[in-house]
Amino acid sequence: MDQTFWTYFFVVLTFGIYIGIAIWSRAGSTEEFYVAGHDVPPSINGMATAADWMSAASFLSMAGLIAFMGYGGSVYLMGWTGGYVLLALLLAPFLREFGKFTVPDFVGDRYYSKVARVIAVICALFVSFTYIAGQMKGVGVAFSGFLGVDFNVGILIGMAIVFVYAVLGGMKGITYTQVAQYVVLIFAYTVPAIFMSLAITGNFVPQLGFIGNAAGTDVPMLTKLNTVVTDLGFLEYTATDKSMIDVFCITAALMFGTAGLPHVIIRFFTVKSARAARKSAGWALLFIALLYTVAPAVGAFARFNFIDTVNEATYITDAEDYDARAAQIIADGGKPVPAWYKDWEATGLLQYDDLNGDGVMQYRGPNAPDGIANEVDPNRDIFVLANPQIAQLPGWVIGLVVAGGLAAALSTAAGLLMVISSAVSHDLLKRTFTPDMTEKQEMRAARLAAAAAVIMAGLLGIFATSLPFVAQVVAFAFGLAAASLFPVIFLGIFWKRMNKEGAISAMLTGLVTTFGYIYYFKFVNDNTELWLFGISPEGIGFLFMWLAAAVGVIVTLVTPAPPQEIQELVEDIRIPGNRRA
Amino acid sequence: MTDETNETGPSETAKQAYWRSAKRLTIGLLFIWFAVSFGAGILLRPWLDGFAIGGAPLGFWFAQNGAIYVFLILIVIYCIRMTQLETKYGIKG
Repeated sequence: MDQTFWTYFFVVLTFGIYIGIAIWSRAGSTEEFYVAGHDVPPSINGMATAADWMSAASFLSMAGLIAFMGYGGSVYLMGWTGGYVLLALLLAPFLREFGKFTVPDFVGDRYYSKVARVIAVICALFVSFTYIAGQMKGVGVAFSGFLGVDFNVGILIGMAIVFVYAVLGGMKGITYTQVAQYVVLIFAYTVPAIFMSLAITGNFVPQLGFIGNAAGTDVPMLTKLNTVVTDLGFLEYTATDKSMIDVFCITAALMFGTAGLPHVIIRFFTVKSARAARKSAGWALLFIALLYTVAPAVGAFARFNFIDTVNEATYITDAEDYDARAAQIIADGGKPVPAWYKDWEATGLLQYDDLNGDGVMQYRGPNAPDGIANEVDPNRDIFVLANPQIAQLPGWVIGLVVAGGLAAALSTAAGLLMVISSAVSHDLLKRTFTPDMTEKQEMRAARLAAAAAVIMAGLLGIFATSLPFVAQVVAFAFGLAAASLFPVIFLGIFWKRMNKEGAISAMLTGLVTTFGYIYYFKFVNDNTELWLFGISPEGIGFLFMWLAAAVGVIVTLVTPAPPQEIQELVEDIRIPGNRRA
Repeated sequence: MTDETNETGPSETAKQAYWRSAKRLTIGLLFIWFAVSFGAGILLRPWLDGFAIGGAPLGFWFAQNGAIYVFLILIVIYCIRMTQLETKYGIKG
């Protein structure tokens, strides 16, 4: 059984399961379509939330980014988990107690304003489309790297699958497919990690291998890794060249962004009570932590393996017969370029430029002690995908990883599609422009909006190939969510006095400043010396979140207090059980 | 809101006491949340890296693994304490 067989086997099997679940759990009413009928058990919702949350960025890119950034990669680890503490303590139970369908629903009702609702819709759409482009890109990478399918065809297949279960099943279909997708992705992530941990540290628990000694020595694995990378002229693995303030702000932007992401928040509308929402956040973080505590170990192991197999290897060109030439190099006492490298070279994710013309691949950092220039340029995204091959794991593990990467991308894409379709059919049509629509018409509108969103997302994936690494594309969505949505939701719950004028000005401030800053430094002028207080575009959402909140508070204080019934609504959502008498 | 007591629901004073306790609990837990991530993982990392947990520098470990474990414990404590508060003040939850 070869690797291609196993890859097709797992991909076809898992796709079949997702479609089967979609048909079994078709939504019959708008309540089922938007919030799965409000009766998903906390643990099941936690698992669905974990799959919803862990995207192509978490699965494909994160360990690779950590492998190259070392300590600098911690921003993703803390940022994308710490947000759940904010969600559980500050938002989820109260939004569930409020008891409606969408994030703009809360903003529109709490701030008694159609304008606020429409601005919240714009923020939600902005965040979701930024995010979904990254997912579609991930699907394309997985397909083109493993199945030899064209990048764009890969995206089209992914679109077709999501289309079936999101449009048919709505939130109900998505919930149960996400549960299946979680199982696939966590298995696919941890199995190779266990194999690698055993090989490198001799400990089969990756989290323990991470802090343990390198196999067969008394030297801690991380100490050895530090020596290996500094010898090649890289920065120490446990250090970073980012400034402390930037690390602080990026971590914070990712945390508050996580808490403000509409596709995460709406998952907590599917459980039956505020208490269930709290529990569900705990379950979600448990399931997420299973991957996130393994990721730093995978990152460190990947860095080891890459250097070990590629550095100082003798290159074999496409014109030569790989097997014959490799055998000859070994016979001469050399190290041939590994087969996985040749497999992945075709995708353009790895580049080798023989600067000194010796036919040997020198992998070096910027400060190489031997003064040799770097000749190898790997893309961070391939690391998790190529890891099983790098570590020479069996073919079925590789097939499983492909299925896992697709599960991660598709589950997140589906959650985002729900936000987009409900924002259009529920918030824009039903609640703003055509309130006399029947439930049946609203359902049809929701399905049409989901269908249109799938097509737009696919096009974004296809045309956004010039965008940077998947995880970095996604990082922008967090800045926008942190600065535009988090402050108005938080203040809406914890400050009764907050009024519609304050909310509208806060959302606009956050959206415009954050988008402007990111756009300017990513697309107009990349001069890092002009950064505000040395904060990168990835971290700026945190600073502008405070600005948005300050603007909201000041505007509120100079305008009239909200009506009495709104103040009572706020008191009601703080005490569980009030609104579901 | 008026002060009349609902026959089945909790009284106004109970609700206010519940909300005060809930806020106190939230602030306490968020303090720990900040301390393990932004504190141990970022601001105090250079100092904490002088210590080790197993073979990993302590500050680095907090940033890559330790903070996540504590986050999880914080949510568990929150769930347990909030349920206790709801029982104490007769709130349905």
